Amino acid sequence: MILGRSFEDMCAQMYYRGKMFGFVHLYNGQEAVSTGFIKLLKKEDSVVSTYRDHVHALSKGVPARAVMSELFGKATGCCRGQGGSMHMFSKEHNLLGGFAFIGEGIPVATGAAFTSKYRREVLKEADCDHVTLAFFGDGTCNNGQFFECLNMAALWKLPIVFVVENNLWAIGMSHLRATSDPQIYKKGPAFGMPGFHVDGMDVLKVREVAKEAIERARRGEGPTLVECETYRFRGHSLADPDELRDPAEKARYAARDPITALKKYLIESSLASEAELKAIEKKIDEVVEDAVEFADESAPPPRSQLLENVFADPKGFGIGPDGRYRCEDPKFTEGTAHV
Amino acid sequence: MWGIIRQKVAAGGGSPVARIRPVVSNLRNYSSAVKQMMVREALNSALDEEMSADPKVFLMGEEVGEYQGAYKISKGLLEKYGPERVLDTPITEAGFTGIGVGAAYYGLKPVVEFMTFNFSMQAIDHIINSAAKSNYMSSGQISVPIVFRGPNGAAAGVGAQHSHCYAAWYASVPGLKVLSPYSSEDARGLLKAAIRDPDPVVFLENELLYGESFPVSAEVLDSSFCLPIGKAKIEREGKDVTITAFSKIVGLSLKAAEILAKEGISAEVINLRSIRPLDRSTINASVRKTNRLVTVEEGFPQHGVGAEICASVIEESFGYLDAPVERIAGADVPMPYAANLERMAVPQVEDIVRAAKRACYRSVPMAAAA
Repeated sequence: MILGRSFEDMCAQMYYRGKMFGFVHLYNGQEAVSTGFIKLLKKEDSVVSTYRDHVHALSKGVPARAVMSELFGKATGCCRGQGGSMHMFSKEHNLLGGFAFIGEGIPVATGAAFTSKYRREVLKEADCDHVTLAFFGDGTCNNGQFFECLNMAALWKLPIVFVVENNLWAIGMSHLRATSDPQIYKKGPAFGMPGFHVDGMDVLKVREVAKEAIERARRGEGPTLVECETYRFRGHSLADPDELRDPAEKARYAARDPITALKKYLIESSLASEAELKAIEKKIDEVVEDAVEFADESAPPPRSQLLENVFADPKGFGIGPDGRYRCEDPKFTEGTAHV
Repeated sequence: MWGIIRQKVAAGGGSPVARIRPVVSNLRNYSSAVKQMMVREALNSALDEEMSADPKVFLMGEEVGEYQGAYKISKGLLEKYGPERVLDTPITEAGFTGIGVGAAYYGLKPVVEFMTFNFSMQAIDHIINSAAKSNYMSSGQISVPIVFRGPNGAAAGVGAQHSHCYAAWYASVPGLKVLSPYSSEDARGLLKAAIRDPDPVVFLENELLYGESFPVSAEVLDSSFCLPIGKAKIEREGKDVTITAFSKIVGLSLKAAEILAKEGISAEVINLRSIRPLDRSTINASVRKTNRLVTVEEGFPQHGVGAEICASVIEESFGYLDAPVERIAGADVPMPYAANLERMAVPQVEDIVRAAKRACYRSVPMAAAA
């Protein structure tokens, strides 16, 4: 959680210094949800996220250096600078993005869960019990794709957990203004799956519920809908002036900061001392500083990268005027071919 | 050898799931037993063979299973492969297309059927944003070996919302491959190539072609038959004017070429097969030979496939053109329902003949006679 928080704070700094650009959506305040869920997963399990995906990437194991470089748009980023803040992908860590469109990630996550079931039942890989987590917000719960996928996941008993990060605000639209029945967890049982509501500012509570949901999916009993009540301390993105939210509400949730709460708990139950926690914070600071340095020093993508990876089979660029496939032209790989 | 095409009885009338009764025309007897195959059978056999060759291939869509396919393309596949590989989905294009894409991320090979491509508009976000762009956004980590297929373009009397042609829309997106077959050979070869391809492929069929039969050689019937993506086919060689077309219009263009031949104009008909990547090299080579171009398509004219071909030819072969390029497209109106209006809204053989004559400077007025 500390890594998430420091990382996001550093992102804000870097953005204002001009090192990062475009859309940047920060996760401050919601760390308990990411940590509570993702830390229970195996490496082969998948996570599908939204544009607010930096901390999901970090929790899933993508190195801070790779994420920071990606944000700076350097060739050493996890997607070599081709994705950016909103499109973090990592095949190694089974992070399937990173989607900008609201609700887009939910069917993709359902598809990943489908694959897990298909591999077990049709391809006969008996030990394939991979679970998929789909993270999305309260605004998404009004989108058609969400309901379509709740239906199909329950219908086909897919190993997926739908995690709603209900931070009460969709940019400037309050959840209560946008939704006929604001209690999202109730929408699960309407489709035949259990729906839970949990305090998303308390990482231990989130972890308890997450454990149950993930185990259920792993056993093949089907999907679960978990609504985590959480809050984002910053605006929707770094370009959002955040004027519509009541300062009293912000203060209330700031008092429930998941990191401070966990720290208090650890110290009071003597599971850790102040000094140990300070040491962790210091270590994380170093990791984040190192990530920034690494990203700064990395080179931007070379010119030839522009035309790479559009297709897995580059013959998809077709045949050039000389009758040969364009991708066979040496200028193509140098990035100077006329396409 | 270009084939003898069985004629359809009058266009218009009949349900969308039309069983077109072929009218027997002059059949010549070839010494080698050339088999006739309907496009529907060609697609079915291609799906069957690819599904049996690779257990990762599965089919999903509305009515593909128990109904045997809305247009009977997936007939018999449910019995053969079971409900886990032939999935009947609820009416949730956005949802099941996204599920297909998510499955493709993990190396399964879904074939997503849209009942018609008009319904793909509900899922277009997934086709473009999560399928086409993913390989690029993830910098090569995640490829999407998915095929989106279904009937495209106008059928007979189905009205404005069921007659839209999406070739130009999908062909403008980098990261997608867009194919459109005409004959059974095209249908088999291109569908197999599409399923085997590691990238997202949009496969635009045509409902009115499903019932048409074409001769297929033994090579085409072989289960490893595959056509290359990105290569057009010259259906008929000629030297006076180049006519480019895809899907059903190829049939009309061939008929137009017959008529033109009687008037002394030798037309070269190119069956594009692949809209993206467009085989500019074949088109340009042909125009450099004939010096005149007529592009024909069924879709709307603005920003259409013909517009791209004309631009490409003007850019690369301007000096070779002896006449302005002629572009025929569907009328710039939503498809009307009445049969006579519908006929006027879609290119007919006479329009192609007229345009070709115009390109050859035979005096023919521009406006069509109703």
